[in-house]
Amino acid sequence: MAEHLLEVRGLTVDFHTARGVVHAVRDVSWHLDRGECLAILGESGSGKSVSASAVMNLIDCPPGEIVSGEILFGGQDVLKMSDEARRQLNGKRIAMIFQDPLSHLNPVYTVGFQIEEMLTAHDTPKEQARARCMELLERVGIPDFRNKIDSYPHQFSGGQRQRIMIAMALALKPDILIADEPTTALDVTVQAQILALLEELQAETGMGLLLITHDLGVVAEVADRVVVMNSGQIVEAGSAADVYRSPKHPYTKKLIGAVPGSGEMAAPLDTGIKPMLEINRLTKHFGAFVALESASLTVLPGETVAIVGESGSGKSTLAKTLLRLEDATSGEALYQGRDLVTIDARELFALRREIQMVFQDPTQSLNPRMSVYDIVSEAFAIHPEILPKARWKDRVRGLLEQVGLEAGHMHRYPHQFSGGQRQRIAIARALALEPKLIVCDEAVSALDVSVQSQVIDLLTKLQQEMGLSYLFIAHDLPLVRDFAHRVVVMQGGRIVEQGPVAEIFDNPRKDYTRNLMAASLDPDPEVQAERRRAKRRMQEELA
Amino acid sequence: MNSFLGKRAIASAISLVGLIILVFFLSRLTGDPTDLYLPVDASLESRERFREINGLNDPLYVQFFRYMGDLVQFDFGMSIRRAEPALDAVLSAFMWTLQLALITMSLVTVSAIVLGSLAAFHVGGFFDRIATFFSLIGASAPDFWVAIVAIVVFSVTLGWVPTSGTGTLWHWILPIGVLFIRPFGLIVQIVRGSMITALSSAYVKTARAKGVKNRPIIFVHALRNAMLPVITVIGDQAAALLNGAVVVETIFGFPGVGKLMIDSILQRDFTVVLAAIFVTAVAIFVMNILIDILYAVLDPRIRY
Repeated sequence: MAEHLLEVRGLTVDFHTARGVVHAVRDVSWHLDRGECLAILGESGSGKSVSASAVMNLIDCPPGEIVSGEILFGGQDVLKMSDEARRQLNGKRIAMIFQDPLSHLNPVYTVGFQIEEMLTAHDTPKEQARARCMELLERVGIPDFRNKIDSYPHQFSGGQRQRIMIAMALALKPDILIADEPTTALDVTVQAQILALLEELQAETGMGLLLITHDLGVVAEVADRVVVMNSGQIVEAGSAADVYRSPKHPYTKKLIGAVPGSGEMAAPLDTGIKPMLEINRLTKHFGAFVALESASLTVLPGETVAIVGESGSGKSTLAKTLLRLEDATSGEALYQGRDLVTIDARELFALRREIQMVFQDPTQSLNPRMSVYDIVSEAFAIHPEILPKARWKDRVRGLLEQVGLEAGHMHRYPHQFSGGQRQRIAIARALALEPKLIVCDEAVSALDVSVQSQVIDLLTKLQQEMGLSYLFIAHDLPLVRDFAHRVVVMQGGRIVEQGPVAEIFDNPRKDYTRNLMAASLDPDPEVQAERRRAKRRMQEELA
Repeated sequence: MNSFLGKRAIASAISLVGLIILVFFLSRLTGDPTDLYLPVDASLESRERFREINGLNDPLYVQFFRYMGDLVQFDFGMSIRRAEPALDAVLSAFMWTLQLALITMSLVTVSAIVLGSLAAFHVGGFFDRIATFFSLIGASAPDFWVAIVAIVVFSVTLGWVPTSGTGTLWHWILPIGVLFIRPFGLIVQIVRGSMITALSSAYVKTARAKGVKNRPIIFVHALRNAMLPVITVIGDQAAALLNGAVVVETIFGFPGVGKLMIDSILQRDFTVVLAAIFVTAVAIFVMNILIDILYAVLDPRIRY
């Protein structure tokens, strides 16, 4: 049997927690060779990162325990090596980059220091380290790198920070790069650039690339082979194309089926209806910074209007200004004839009932010290005219059932629920006030694909039952394509394009919209391969 | 930065004036110094003369404006008791307190940071137990009690160190040792908690994945991030010492500003009380500014 560069054999890792032993991964085996890209695909809690953490000696024992298995690097079992020997492998032979480069770079040291440290920790003299650092920053495409080398992580954009992480990881030309969700926190166009850079660098150095991701599109774009994980076990493995074309395991089938972007697009609603919300030239400046400039749009009763755009495009500012969480600089927002921008506090209080918001991260937006019952019924405490206290319990029960939660769980606390369930609680809380419009700010972005589709189904069901309107802020285009009636595209605080969903997706008029569409990844490896070929042809023609 | 410093200076000057007004009038409520300085059977004339000399005969508001007028020229008046300018008495006492506070806080800071960091790295380990032990003593044993017990044990019984005074290096050991315990116990816990958070952070994970050794992970990567809450508490504790460790200074006969202040209050030596409050307030203001500057030095994301 040929020796692989890195091979994990029968790895089982447990975590000893207060609530008992959790089997993080069971009997996991995979291998990686020079020059290839293996993807480990799985949702949160699937254990997809655990084997990589075991390779890097990043599992704290206790509470972790490596129960059985081998990790062979160049034929040697790293689990049998001393801590010092493993330290010397880390960074030098096997390097790793992570999901969120802002929190994974030390905020109080310059990026130059942090990249040089990778070299000096492995005995490169300091002067050489500085020169190599310059080289690396140039290679990964940091503009003005000679001056930027002494800047701090917060002074870079998200994409640049991930480039810096990559520069750091590749400083010692490792044999293997492990990338744990490297593009999840980034905008689609930036994601495309980072993945392209990784591919380029892999071709240049011949390293093996282990990619950990939840995103089928990312797998399709870069992986040669894929391992699918569910609740700690490998359920399927094979070439990326085979697994996508003919998945064998029901879980893989479910995962592929849940990917948005292939459903039928909604027809526009009848424009004869009077809009419930009319935003005219809404503007918000923070000092000299223009966060929102002259945005105008309408929302009809029972309509879903999606606002898409990259980070910094002003889509969240629009929502916050609308809800008066921020005061608008100018413009108006007419909700059933009353201007939300100028009405007084008392009227605003009454209107707040009708316009509710669901936030991105339910872990942060739900008070961890309040039970579900307290969270949902607080609406009735604040707006006592809705319901007499005697009937609160029945109503909370009804609301929880409506959003697909067990009513018997109303005395539990948010941390006892999964991410998807928590977002259902947040939706139940919003519904308690019987709103007519719900603003969803990236409401499903933090959720796994399969959970995402369940929450979207729930929102669709509620819309049909109650005639709700949604202002749906998102960066995920395939999701928007399946869910929205109309789409508003924003860039740099301005609306660049808006129209019915089919019009925007089938016939985008603005370059920005087109780029956004092009950068969003298809889960089909063949489609992505074809797109890459097309792009290369275009570049060659240009050259 | 400069505008920040300017704003802080103005704000502090305003509160300082408020403080002086408050103390000026409140201290007058303690009674007439004449009763204290002259014999019980002193004649009315000599009492009158004493009041005349010390300006105590004028209406209170006249005394106040005269005092403020002098203050603008940095004249704090004469000490009734000591027959020297009040400011001189305060400054010489303050230098003693400053030395005591600086030495104590330096020892506390260095040892608490090292011990707290090691405790955080091995929660439940040897260093963690030492840290817990000191914290418990610091939190539960009152310093006057510790001071007296320390004198009984180390000076009286063992005879290792003198009981009081300031003559030699040996004189400093007990006051420093007693003042050390409380801030050390507190700060070691803050360091430990803050370091546990820092050591479980994402950037420490990155450092481990880079193959950085344990010592720089603790003292380079984690520590600098963990320092912000720590220096806040260090500043707070140092301020308490600068104010004069009244009890400890009194027990050890240490001629610091705390002892001076309490003596002057008992002696109704108003000018000294006011000067002492002025000097310590300025010192605390300067130290708070230093801590704000230190914030910005430690964390590049903080800019004023």
